[in-house]
Amino acid sequence: MSASPAGPTDGLVAADQPVVEAVNITKRFGSTLALSEAGIVVRRGETHALVGRNGAGKSTLVGILTGLQAADHGTVAFDGRPAPPLGDRDAWRRRVACVYQKSTIIDTLTVAENLFLNRHARGPAGLIRWARLRRQAEQLLAQWSVEVDVRQPASTLSVEQRQFVEIARALSFGARFIILDEPTAQLDGAGINRLFTRIRDLRAQGVTFLFISHHLQEIYEICDQVTVFRDARHIVTAPVAQLSRPALVAAMTGEEVTMSEVDHRPLPTDAPVLLSVRDLVTTSGAELSVEARSGEVVGIAGGGGSGKVEVAEAIVGLTRPVGGTVVVAGRTLRPGSVPDSLAAGVGLVPQDRHREGLVPLLSIAENVTMTVPERVGRRGLISPSRRDALARDTIADLAIKASGPHVPVSDLSGGNQQKVVMGRALASDPKLLVLITPTAGVDVRSKQTLLGVVDEARRRGTTVLVVSDELDDLRICDRVLVMFQGRVVREMTHGWSDNDLVAAMEGVDLHHV
Amino acid sequence: MSETLSSTSRPAASPPPEPGSASRSLAIARLRDLALVPAIIAVAIVGSIVNPVFLSTDNIINVLQSMSEIAIVVLAQTIVLITGKMDLSLESTFGLAPGIAAWLVVDPALTRGLGLDVLPEVWAVPVVLLVGALVGAFNGLLIVRFGLNGFVVTLGMLIVLRGLLTGISGGQTFFALPESMTYLGSATWSGVPASIWLSLLLFAGGVVVLGYTRAGRALYAIGGNADAARAAGIRTDRVLWIALIVASVLAALAGLLISGRLAAVPAAQGTGAIFQVFAAAVIGGVSLNGGKGSVFGAFTGVLLLFMIINVLTLAGVPAQWTNFLNGTVILVALVVSRITGGKAQT
Repeated sequence: MSASPAGPTDGLVAADQPVVEAVNITKRFGSTLALSEAGIVVRRGETHALVGRNGAGKSTLVGILTGLQAADHGTVAFDGRPAPPLGDRDAWRRRVACVYQKSTIIDTLTVAENLFLNRHARGPAGLIRWARLRRQAEQLLAQWSVEVDVRQPASTLSVEQRQFVEIARALSFGARFIILDEPTAQLDGAGINRLFTRIRDLRAQGVTFLFISHHLQEIYEICDQVTVFRDARHIVTAPVAQLSRPALVAAMTGEEVTMSEVDHRPLPTDAPVLLSVRDLVTTSGAELSVEARSGEVVGIAGGGGSGKVEVAEAIVGLTRPVGGTVVVAGRTLRPGSVPDSLAAGVGLVPQDRHREGLVPLLSIAENVTMTVPERVGRRGLISPSRRDALARDTIADLAIKASGPHVPVSDLSGGNQQKVVMGRALASDPKLLVLITPTAGVDVRSKQTLLGVVDEARRRGTTVLVVSDELDDLRICDRVLVMFQGRVVREMTHGWSDNDLVAAMEGVDLHHV
Repeated sequence: MSETLSSTSRPAASPPPEPGSASRSLAIARLRDLALVPAIIAVAIVGSIVNPVFLSTDNIINVLQSMSEIAIVVLAQTIVLITGKMDLSLESTFGLAPGIAAWLVVDPALTRGLGLDVLPEVWAVPVVLLVGALVGAFNGLLIVRFGLNGFVVTLGMLIVLRGLLTGISGGQTFFALPESMTYLGSATWSGVPASIWLSLLLFAGGVVVLGYTRAGRALYAIGGNADAARAAGIRTDRVLWIALIVASVLAALAGLLISGRLAAVPAAQGTGAIFQVFAAAVIGGVSLNGGKGSVFGAFTGVLLLFMIINVLTLAGVPAQWTNFLNGTVILVALVVSRITGGKAQT
């Protein structure tokens, strides 16, 4: 667990100063400690991996290394010299660039103009000389062997071409240190290979990379050094070759804060099968077949791009699957129809509560009863008193901190908003409860309440599907299906070890390393 | 991080497009500017068949003059639209700016009590432009500085400014304007009205500024992706503010031209013109979402619109039907651009 900042076998550097050295960085956001005396040293010419689970502090570190945020304590140095002041964007751009998941390419402009935005080639009268600008752009892309027509609008670029263009633009500012923030998240296998080839070429030309990824096998493929962050702290830095996969996974997971253990009584053997998913195929190509019995909690785990969210959305009818059937309590759901799945007794906590879960300006009562108008009204008219009574029950059951059912949801904290979403999913007394990342972005207390509610629901005989990559969410499951690249690769029964599960989500089989 | 990606938000990781498709989309992008030229030629042919007078020099000058003032407002709106905002209040600025100037300089003795006669006549034109600049700066204050919604702010301004003009004029028309105010709208330079020269010059200037200066390209960058523009070092707030001021000054200038042509400022000057302005800009390929469109395209849009109106007049269509046909032209143009552009015009 101790830091070993000096990579002993790194032959690429000698007396040379590290490209970037961040020491004792501490950063707070309100009451949250995002980084606690963390640091990183990246040496010239290496490709350095930064890994850690969500909330480990990777994004904050990137923000500090690129000069978008100031650290509360600690120092950042480039090539041995202190970092420029935050306001001097040009100086930062000459030292470091980050290619984010969210592209900073402007779709409506041509590739050439994107490359030289706000620094267009100009003639004597201050007028832009487009021909020269295009030539410069062509030269720049040719220098880094990016084969893209600079005259085409950027909207026609593929995801990987955008990344290449962004990398070339960063290099044209003089930066030779580039941070890639999950560059492979939106690429397919062939695209990843092309990206890696490019990274190796640029590395040979003296470009240093900091590579952030959730996919451990990519780190073993492309990186020299790896730094692990966990819970806002620096855990270890080591040459990739000297850190085995189990050791890396152990460094990432560490000792988890254990949640209150739910009792895992074995299911009665005669519990009927409530959910039956047969050969479901989503538009993105993810596949799932599963059967779950009354009172059973089944987890679907996987990283980003594993297809777990897509299959869950297809099951509840949010998206229309390409093929396969979903049967809930003997009733075959109409594909892609949310009303039909609601009628069949499906309750849903969607992935993004802001986008699909809540109407923020409406009250708790209206949000909770949105899917069950028949329970709060008579002859098509909604009865406010019945609605408020139902909402009061939900507020009490889920310990929502609010003064009453008429409080607008937008006034609640994130955890309490998520409880409202959960309350709505439960309002119809569902036979099947589908929870997609139910505890994302909520505090520990709310997490406990939410997971406690799941346990109550299963006691009543509800089948629960928990779709998540949070270990705490998955711990309440009777069994967990692990998805990787659109397929179920492992099925683990209750009692799995954290390392095994994390490794399976990352696509690594610990027993065959 | 990555698990927040869902099937809907996830762009497909597609292989690089083939060179053929790239050059084809390139050709379309270039042609987009000229997309209305065939339509303009077609209308010209139809017009000359309907009435041979259509292509006579007098009629062409007539069309150009009748569109010159609105065309300048279209130019102003185009600048704002490209940054991804919109300015509805331009039509009220169009009336208010010359209205304020007239109010301050005309002599109540000559105009049955209208006007104050507090400023010498030479101040009339500077006051017109100053009023425009102040309106633009105030719009900028609310939209850029306070972050209010541009549509609602400028809708409010549209009503406020119209009300202000009605208030100071008592709903009447300012007349007996000083010569400095009527000159630009009524003078003729080398046989062609000055307002035509002026509008063509401003459009030419717009083509150069928006196409060939960093400031102009900054407008496109902001409209395309404001965060990316900021990351590229563009001072987005300042550019937006300047764009709003320039647009209002242009609208004030256009108002001065029409007041000069009619030698009067009616309280309703410019009322309803904003719809025509938006229609011309959108037909000309300027996107309401920002980042897309060109000054030349906007010019072809307004030209096409006024040519059609002229043809309808020459064909003897009753004036009562003009609005119906105007609206039809706008809708047809949108449908056509949806079909040729492949994407919804927004």
